[in-house]
Amino acid sequence: MSQIPADLRFARSHEWVKPLADGTVEIGISDHAQAALGDLVFVEVPSVGRSLAAGEACAVVESVKAASDVYSPIAGTVVAANADLASTPELINQDPYGSGWMIRLKPVDPAAVDSLLSATDYEAQLQAEGA
Amino acid sequence: MGRRTPLYDLHLRLKARMVDFGGWDMPVHYGSQIDEHHAVRRSAGIFDVSHMGVVDLEGERVRAFLAHLVANDVGKLKVPGKALYTCLLNDAGGVLDDLIVYYLSERFFRVVVNAGRRDADLAWIRAQAKAFGVAVVERTDLAMVAVQGPAARGLVESLLPPTPDDPGAREAVMALSPFNGRAIGPWFVARTGYTGEDGFEIVLPVAMAEPLWVALNARGVSSCGLGARDTLRLEAGMNLYGNDMDETTNPLESGLAWTIAFEPASRDFVGRAALEAIRARGGLRRLVGLVLEERGVLRSHQKVVVPGVGEGEVTSGTFSPTLEKSIALARVPAGTGERVQVDIRGRLLAARVVKPPFVRHGQVLVS
Repeated sequence: MSQIPADLRFARSHEWVKPLADGTVEIGISDHAQAALGDLVFVEVPSVGRSLAAGEACAVVESVKAASDVYSPIAGTVVAANADLASTPELINQDPYGSGWMIRLKPVDPAAVDSLLSATDYEAQLQAEGA
Repeated sequence: MGRRTPLYDLHLRLKARMVDFGGWDMPVHYGSQIDEHHAVRRSAGIFDVSHMGVVDLEGERVRAFLAHLVANDVGKLKVPGKALYTCLLNDAGGVLDDLIVYYLSERFFRVVVNAGRRDADLAWIRAQAKAFGVAVVERTDLAMVAVQGPAARGLVESLLPPTPDDPGAREAVMALSPFNGRAIGPWFVARTGYTGEDGFEIVLPVAMAEPLWVALNARGVSSCGLGARDTLRLEAGMNLYGNDMDETTNPLESGLAWTIAFEPASRDFVGRAALEAIRARGGLRRLVGLVLEERGVLRSHQKVVVPGVGEGEVTSGTFSPTLEKSIALARVPAGTGERVQVDIRGRLLAARVVKPPFVRHGQVLVS
C-alpha cells in the first residue's frame, strides 16, 4: 500500500500539494504515482516565473518505460523548481513527499488548495482505481 | 483479463508489477527495472518468455517447407540443434514476424514466434504447410524461460535434469556454441537470448518451470521483467517486432538485410520477388542507432530531422542504464550522416548516429 500523508492535499491526477508557512505551496507526485511509473530517469521542471493555470501540464517525468505529464493542481506562479532532480531524478522514487518535491508555486487564490482532495479522499480514489 | 503463462501465480507471489503485453498479463518488473537490467549485465537474471509461441513442424518435407516459408535459408542448418534467426514475410516483403528456427532432425524443426503474433503466425504457417504435408503443433504444454548474464550458464548447470539414458547430455549442453541447442531429458536448452549477454533459453514442461525459477532465485539469479528485457535488447541492438519492423516495413529497411538469403537464387521464398524489386529500386532507408547528446529520453515515433536530407522516425527509444544516456533505433533516409536532431516535445535535440549494438557482453561499444 502506498503512503498518503494526512497533512497533504491531492489532485485526481496524482500530484500532491503542501501549503508552506510563507503562503507558497510545494508540489510533487504521490508515492502511488512514482511506484506506477517505475524508475525515473529524467525530469523536466518549469522555469521560475512561469504562470500556470490549474490543470496545466507543467512538468514531465520520464521513467525507463514512458514519459508522463505532471499537471499543476492549482493556478499560480512558479517561484522555485527542484534543481536536484536534473542529476538525481530517482529522488522522486526514493522520497516522493520530501527531497523529491518538484516545484513551489505562489497561488493565484490561496483558498484553491481547499478544493483539492484530502488524504482520505485520495485514498478512496486509489481504492476505486483498484490500486 | 489477459492470457496467463504457467508462471503467472509465481510472478504475483514475487510482487511483480503486471502489465498487458500483446494480450498477455506479464511482469514488467519486480521492484526496479534498472536493478534487473544491471543484474543481467553483471551477473544473471531469469525471464519468463512463455508468452512466446513454441511451434513444432514435422514431416518428410519440413526443410523444403521452411525454405519456402522464411526469408533466411534453412539450408544453413547442417548440424542438429543449430538455430537460425529469420523473418517471416508476406508477399509484399513486409515483415509478418521475426522468429528463431531450430533444426532438431531432418523431419522435425521447431520455431519460436512472438507472443503478439502467435495466432496470426499459426494461421499463416498452417495455411502454407498443407501443400508440404507438414504437421504444425503449438506446444502449449511447454513453458520457456531465459536465463541470461555472464554467470547464467554456470548457475543453470547444477539444475539440469538427470539423464541416465543420455550420459553425455550435461557436458554437451555446457559445451554448446552460441546459437545452438540440445535436448536434455524433457528440456530443450539453447545458448540464445535477447539481452546481448551469454545465457540459455530453456523450453521445458510447464510443471518444471516454477521449481527451476525458485532454485535459480535461491542461487542469486534476479527475477527480471519485460522492462529490463526491453532495455537490454535495445542496448544489444536487437529489433523488437511491432516497433522496429512490422507488416508495413521490409527487412532491408529494418537493419535485417543480413537475415535475407538471396543466395541460392533458385530458392523461391515468400516475399522474394518483392524484396528484389525494393532492392533494385534503391534509395533505401536505414535502421540506425542513435545516442542522444542532450538530456531527455528518445521514444518511439519521435521525428528525426536530418538537415539537408529529410526526416526519419525513432522506432524504439529508451534510457540506457549501462550508458546512462538515452539511446534509440531509428529509421532514417538514405544519405543520413553522423548528426541528426530529434524532436522531443517540440524541441530539436542533437543525436549522434551510431552502428548498433550499443552494448555487448557488458562492454559499451559506442563512444
